[in-house]
Amino acid sequence: MTDLTSQAPPREPDPPPESPAAVPETPGRRSRGTASQRRLVWWRFKQHRLAMAGLIVTAGIYVVAVFAGFLAPFSSSTFDPEYTYAPPQRLHVVDRSGGDWDWGLFVHGYRSTVDDETLELTFEPDESQKIDVGLFVKGEEYEILGLIPWDRHLIGPTNPDDPMYLLGGTRTGHDLLSRMIHGTTVSMSIGLVGVAMAFVLGVTLGGISGYVGGRTDLAIQRLVEFFMSVPSIPLWLGLAAALPPEWGPMQRYFAITTILAAIAWTDLARVVRGRFLSLRNEEFVTSARLDGSSRQRVIFRHMMPSFSSHLIASVTLSVPGMILAETSLSFLGLGLQAPVVSWGVLLQDAQNIRAMATAPWLLLPGLCVIVSVLALNFVGDGLRDAADPYKR
Amino acid sequence: MTAPILEVQDLHVRFPVKRGLFGRTVGHVRAVDGVDLAIQPGETLGLVGESGCGKTTLGRSIARIISPTAGLIRYRDAAGDEVDLTTARNRDLRELQRQIRVVFQDPFSSLNPRMTLLQVIGEPLRNHNVATGSELEDRVAGMLSRVGLSPKYLHRYPHAFSGGERQRVNIARALILEPRLVIADEPVSALDVSVRAQILNLLRDLQEELGLTYLFISHDLSVVESVCDRVAVMYLGRMVEVAPTDELYTRPRHPYTEALLSAVPRPDPRLRDAGRRIRLADDLPDPADPPPGCTFHTRCAYAVPGSCDVPGGAPALERTGPGHRAACLRTDDLSLAGIEPDPV
Ligand SMILES: Nc1ncnc2c1ncn2[C@@H]1O[C@H](COP(=O)(O)OP(=O)(O)OP(=O)(O)O)[C@@H](O)[C@H]1O
Ligand SMILES: [Mg+2]
Repeated sequence: MTDLTSQAPPREPDPPPESPAAVPETPGRRSRGTASQRRLVWWRFKQHRLAMAGLIVTAGIYVVAVFAGFLAPFSSSTFDPEYTYAPPQRLHVVDRSGGDWDWGLFVHGYRSTVDDETLELTFEPDESQKIDVGLFVKGEEYEILGLIPWDRHLIGPTNPDDPMYLLGGTRTGHDLLSRMIHGTTVSMSIGLVGVAMAFVLGVTLGGISGYVGGRTDLAIQRLVEFFMSVPSIPLWLGLAAALPPEWGPMQRYFAITTILAAIAWTDLARVVRGRFLSLRNEEFVTSARLDGSSRQRVIFRHMMPSFSSHLIASVTLSVPGMILAETSLSFLGLGLQAPVVSWGVLLQDAQNIRAMATAPWLLLPGLCVIVSVLALNFVGDGLRDAADPYKR
Repeated sequence: MTAPILEVQDLHVRFPVKRGLFGRTVGHVRAVDGVDLAIQPGETLGLVGESGCGKTTLGRSIARIISPTAGLIRYRDAAGDEVDLTTARNRDLRELQRQIRVVFQDPFSSLNPRMTLLQVIGEPLRNHNVATGSELEDRVAGMLSRVGLSPKYLHRYPHAFSGGERQRVNIARALILEPRLVIADEPVSALDVSVRAQILNLLRDLQEELGLTYLFISHDLSVVESVCDRVAVMYLGRMVEVAPTDELYTRPRHPYTEALLSAVPRPDPRLRDAGRRIRLADDLPDPADPPPGCTFHTRCAYAVPGSCDVPGGAPALERTGPGHRAACLRTDDLSLAGIEPDPV
């Protein structure tokens, strides 16, 4: 049958005209009606428990990254070669050695013994030594956000020269806790900076590809496919190994970030292109053009907002990939290098099986990686599910 | 006869058919294939035809959403100056698109979910620097009440509205620039029957109030009968018959029109089954490879081999009566059945 033979039912006498007040004025409908898409996405996101948990953890990790100097007891370069592989100390809250209850934070010092045969140092807690630990103690100077100089630390020994290794010491006698906190700044920021670069590249190229179409699209798509088909680990290794060794830590940091972004933009470019292609022929985009909107306005005011939540979800989902990539590169010794600390740099210490046997706490930076990657993935998944609040 | 507000001459729109890895063009869909059409100021011209015959493509060419392959689209503005839309420069086109507006079929996909009614309806005013700020808000509110929506809804997002209400918003957006010609592409096809009549009434009232001219695209002949002054019938990218509505419905001069009319349901039992129902074969020929001769001969009950199917140009529209034109080689030999006017 052609669709002309399936005619509409006969016309009925006109019903009374729809009055403007026909829409029931219930509060629920009212608030949904005036809610912007951002609000709707947020409402949906909040119902996703795992995503909310991920969001809280992620936020916490970034707070640590920003206030690392304050939260870490020591700076990342402070070390004491006397205490290599010092085991974690227990943080005591009350001292009962004198018979009565003596409240106050403290840790015990170490008694070290040298094995006669292997010359290995082993540490035992020395109950007789009491190292007072305080909150908001004066310690080494640092700068909050790289701007405001300060010298208070959330936690630390009251005498800054006393040893305190709450999560143990490293091969070089650094405090692992402090190093992990400082590593958070580097590892988490590489994720953000790298994704920001990838975002700019991906959105620009993907946008051009999807909006302009034709030959341009074809060329950009081949470029994307080329980058996608290059095996990423050898490429990273090659590029990272090609970095001049005399480069300082900052240069290296940006070089590594750029290398990671050079791979990561392809996914975003695909997402953006796909969205542009599907939106280009949507009637509301055609309408916008007929309404006299300029090309920029059509792209940025009409098209981009309708997939910004998808975009945010994709971006969030690509941050963990960045973090993992940086960790692997640094772990292999090709990424960041001392004196910069990142979780990957810290994990280098855990490459050695002997070191692992004597100092298993060196794996803790790996835990940080897992927690942050999982948290970001949960947030990204939650966002992706909530991204389209009009879908039924 | 007054000068037409819009005149389409020998319009062609072809879409390349691409195949294979490298997107080689293997042929062309002739979506619009030599259409002539004139729209008089103040009238409602219906454009009917089955799915895929090129109605939307014709409408979109006139609004210059797509660029036609060949032909002329002559628009006469309020001052009486004529412009050819197919060759107009972009800047002029922007101005012309203020005067020619489109109402789309789908009330859902045509509204940006991220914009409030104020933003959607105010967008044309903003872009053409007609009004800003509180003046813009006042004008949008005025337009909203004109299309039967409360100005209270200014700051609402479209997802909270029903299909009928959304179509009112679309109409408001089309009319806010005070256009002269409105192309309505199946404006009520996506709506419930009960809402349909309200929207049609609204369109009619607004036409009277604002002196609009409509090109009303539809495949529903009962709707067309109720709103249109004249009707143009399209088949496979070509115009096959144009006539005043009453004339076309009672005395069709093209077998395709007759077939379309025979399928219009009639509520009145006396009128029902009055004529026989002509069933068209399902297979609409491929618009990339139309049949030779009269393109309708493959499905036409009256086609004569040796005359209707000889290769060569398809028959052109010929005058068959006052204001009535049809493109059929045998139109003078046939007496085709129409339908009685709907008494409602
Ligand atoms: N952008 C396009 N690219 C390729 N072919 C197209 C395009 N738009 C339309 N066509 C083809 O042109 C022909 C006419 O399509 P059109 O949409 O104008 O028909 P229509 O009469 O509006 O149909 P309907 O009643 O289904 O809306 C169809 O064969 C269609 O496949
Ligand atoms: Mg159509």
